[in-house]
Amino acid sequence: MQAKVHVTLKTGVLDPQGEAVRHALGGLGFENVASVRQGKVIELELTETDRAKAQSDLTDMCEKLLANTVIENYQIDISD
Amino acid sequence: MQSAVIVFPGSNCDRDLKVALTKATGKTPHMVWHKDTALPAGVDFVGIPGGFSFGDYLRCGAIAARAPIMQSVINFANGGGIVMGICNGFQVLVETGLLPGALMRNAGLKYICKDVALKVETSQSLFTNGYNQGEKITIPIAHHDGNYLADDALLARLKGEDRIAFTYEDNPNGSVADIAGILSENRRVMGMMPHPERLNDPALGGRDGAKLFEGLMSSLADA
Repeated sequence: MQAKVHVTLKTGVLDPQGEAVRHALGGLGFENVASVRQGKVIELELTETDRAKAQSDLTDMCEKLLANTVIENYQIDISD
Repeated sequence: MQSAVIVFPGSNCDRDLKVALTKATGKTPHMVWHKDTALPAGVDFVGIPGGFSFGDYLRCGAIAARAPIMQSVINFANGGGIVMGICNGFQVLVETGLLPGALMRNAGLKYICKDVALKVETSQSLFTNGYNQGEKITIPIAHHDGNYLADDALLARLKGEDRIAFTYEDNPNGSVADIAGILSENRRVMGMMPHPERLNDPALGGRDGAKLFEGLMSSLADA
């Protein structure tokens, strides 16, 4: 099965890269963008067939490595 | 004092740290490869060097913090061992959880490589007792992700417990409260973004960094 992990900065954590993107969008004439937050998507191909096990493994992966939970949130999407 | 320097793929200040430690201690440090699972016996001090471990992939220091040797370093620190992380080493220590907070992309988004003025915020640590409290020193920085982040509660703790080791005189990267280096709760683990090992000899432009290693050495000799 496949999984996508979305890692985003927590609310309140300054995102200078997102701010730079917002600024550049403004320069291109997209002045209706109030804010931009940049994150990352991690795609995983799993050999696990048990969905519940995959979910718990992915949570473990996020807590141990994929996200820095001091500053980041994560969201796990599993598809068959 | 017997020291060890951890070497990751992409470390590039490991040999500078080796030179600085050799000079201060009179003993050559053990250079410990990241795939080793145990620190050599009799080590008193572990240094995590600067560089770009694992290409800064995922997050700076994130992969290195999970390297096989790091569990030994974590155990060493939890047992009261003395550990210092410089630049990427600071990022690694934050990723292991041995030091609190996080190091974000510089507020100006640029990689910065220059000498900066620092203030020694506390001389009450093994790492900073070679300086006077409030002393102004100049140490180079070279980083892209040195913007130290701490929430209000953590910042209040760091201040209240006198755990801010160094601050920037002219904040180059957006760090909260101008923080350049912090101490652990037991004051035996320190992380700092500036590179004291690069200012270790008059031939390199000064000795402001050498005092850190000399102070560390003399406090350990007294202990």
